[in-house]
Amino acid sequence: MRPLRFLQAMNEAYHQEMARDSNTLIIGEDIRGAIRGETKGLFEAFGPDRVLDTPISEAAFAGFAIGAAMAGMRPIVQFQVPSLIYVAFDQLVNQAAKLPLMLGGQTKLPITYTVMVNGSRGGQAGQHSDSPYPYLLHAGFKLVAPSTPYEAKGMMLAAIREDDPVFFMASASLLAQRGDVPEDMYTVPLGVGDVKRQGTDVTVVAVGNTVPEALAVAERLQAEGISVKVWDPRSLLPLDRDGLCEAVSSTGRVVIYDDTNRTCGFAAEISAIISERIFDELRAPIKRVTRADVPMPFSAPLELAVLPNPEQLAAAIRIVCNHKRK
Amino acid sequence: MVNLNTELAKQLYLRMRLIRRFEETVVKLVDDNEIAGVCHEYVGQEAVATGVCAALRSDDIITSTHRGHGHIIAKGAKVRHMLAELMGRTTGCNKGRGGSMHIADVSLGIYGANGIVGAGAPIACGAAFRFKSSGSSTVAVPFFGDGAINQGVLHESLNLAAVWNLPMVFVCENNLYAITTPIKDASKVQPHERAAAYGMSGQLVDGMDVEAVYAATAIAVEKARNGGGPSFLEFSTYRYCGHQTAERFMNTSYRTKSEVAEWRLKDPIENWGRRMVEQGQWTVAEREAADLTIERELEESVAFARAGPWPDPSTAFDYMYSTTYPGLPARGVE
Repeated sequence: MRPLRFLQAMNEAYHQEMARDSNTLIIGEDIRGAIRGETKGLFEAFGPDRVLDTPISEAAFAGFAIGAAMAGMRPIVQFQVPSLIYVAFDQLVNQAAKLPLMLGGQTKLPITYTVMVNGSRGGQAGQHSDSPYPYLLHAGFKLVAPSTPYEAKGMMLAAIREDDPVFFMASASLLAQRGDVPEDMYTVPLGVGDVKRQGTDVTVVAVGNTVPEALAVAERLQAEGISVKVWDPRSLLPLDRDGLCEAVSSTGRVVIYDDTNRTCGFAAEISAIISERIFDELRAPIKRVTRADVPMPFSAPLELAVLPNPEQLAAAIRIVCNHKRK
Repeated sequence: MVNLNTELAKQLYLRMRLIRRFEETVVKLVDDNEIAGVCHEYVGQEAVATGVCAALRSDDIITSTHRGHGHIIAKGAKVRHMLAELMGRTTGCNKGRGGSMHIADVSLGIYGANGIVGAGAPIACGAAFRFKSSGSSTVAVPFFGDGAINQGVLHESLNLAAVWNLPMVFVCENNLYAITTPIKDASKVQPHERAAAYGMSGQLVDGMDVEAVYAATAIAVEKARNGGGPSFLEFSTYRYCGHQTAERFMNTSYRTKSEVAEWRLKDPIENWGRRMVEQGQWTVAEREAADLTIERELEESVAFARAGPWPDPSTAFDYMYSTTYPGLPARGVE
């Protein structure tokens, strides 16, 4: 174990798995340039047949991965900005997500789609600040959203080894975060959530970049005498529904803290699962704290008004904790 | 012009005839509600699929289109499995999960028909890259129509294939209409002229002459196999039928009866069959006997398809994922 940043953990996963499995390749824009660092050294290590810089053609390289996978490779496709997936949406949604079933199981598509700077902000404005995982989940993509460097490495390795397309969301505000990461290879399995903090009064379900924020709020509220449990699904599809229900049942109160749009967002799905499965265990209505349904405005005060924030989370926690049944 | 031996000449004829009669059989089955939905008939264009695929090896791969039956038969799929697929049976190529617009047989290098215009091209690029980087001489051939030439992803793929020198042959079947929109209203230039913009050779070939199709493809395939990179072939052709099987019942006026009649005079199957007789490659009686074998194959295939079991409804969720997890895929009711 030694501390690595989230980006370094991704880089180590890429290096180790590409060295282990010669069928892997990585493709996207500016992979060799490695501006952020997560693809650093790959070209030097694995050469032009496995590290491909593309023209700006998101649809073509998203679809390229499908053909390469059908011919026996395990491609890693990197989108440098989350909204770029929209440019490639036909190849993702109509092709990658549908072909295995439509072909009656004739092909596997072991493709890892990495989405960099998910939820980006800080003046990145309307077309560079999306957190588009609800669209992808709706299409049936397996999808992971690690919240620590440890999970970044272990979930990247799990994603690349999965025989289906998997999206890996690399949250913008987590990329510089440091945490202990083993040097050896290990996987964090899909479909297993994690209790990030124990607590007895209320459960906060947090995803990706909202996890550290939720942990900070939980510490703060401890002083007020509120004991907050934080549950992180880590893998949004498959989703650890049993783990979710257990985490929520144990406190009987839940606030979902998610940085995607509210309408048909991930928090809506979590809320529906809880109310369908464990309605009788709830001691208060479910609350959601999410991003507003508007494109990210540029100006800083407006950005703050759109994002879910720790104050909103703290207020929501107090409301569910003070709820009295009529 | 290559000098085709009698055996190959016969094969080309039989393949074209099989495609034609397959499509005519399919129309009847659609009309009788034995095949659900609609099909996009390949009638008139048989020489293109047949000539192109005759120049390919069994390990070469193709991607196909919504009008894909001809390509798939030409690449070697069994019509019995195709008919079973069209009838939604488990004995179909895709076990009844795909239907007309998604038929595939990956073991034969058929990476699938596709319901989205132009969408097969980047998929073919990915396969071609694999072939090239692994040192094999296998090639990838995306089929697409004139309707695809204004689709962005096709141009991205042409560019990618050119800059990476991929072993590919881009096959454009110009049947003059994107559903009802004539090519002259959609492009100022002929499709093959676009290839030059990507540094790729583009050639216009008579798509009603199976020998010309075969010869042009063989040259382009050989070039691709030997590291010469991709080519773009435009085949001029025509669909005798509507865009799809239901068009007969619609009142369309986008093309004239005389235009259809003129193209029918160039019929690739009739002309090729006659030419073989004229050149002494077979007699009229031999040709008729060959036609009969196709009728029998189709009759047996229809019977095979009808006898195939319907899929069990509980299997509707199979094949979405290779690795499954509890609760995946989500059902409509828990």
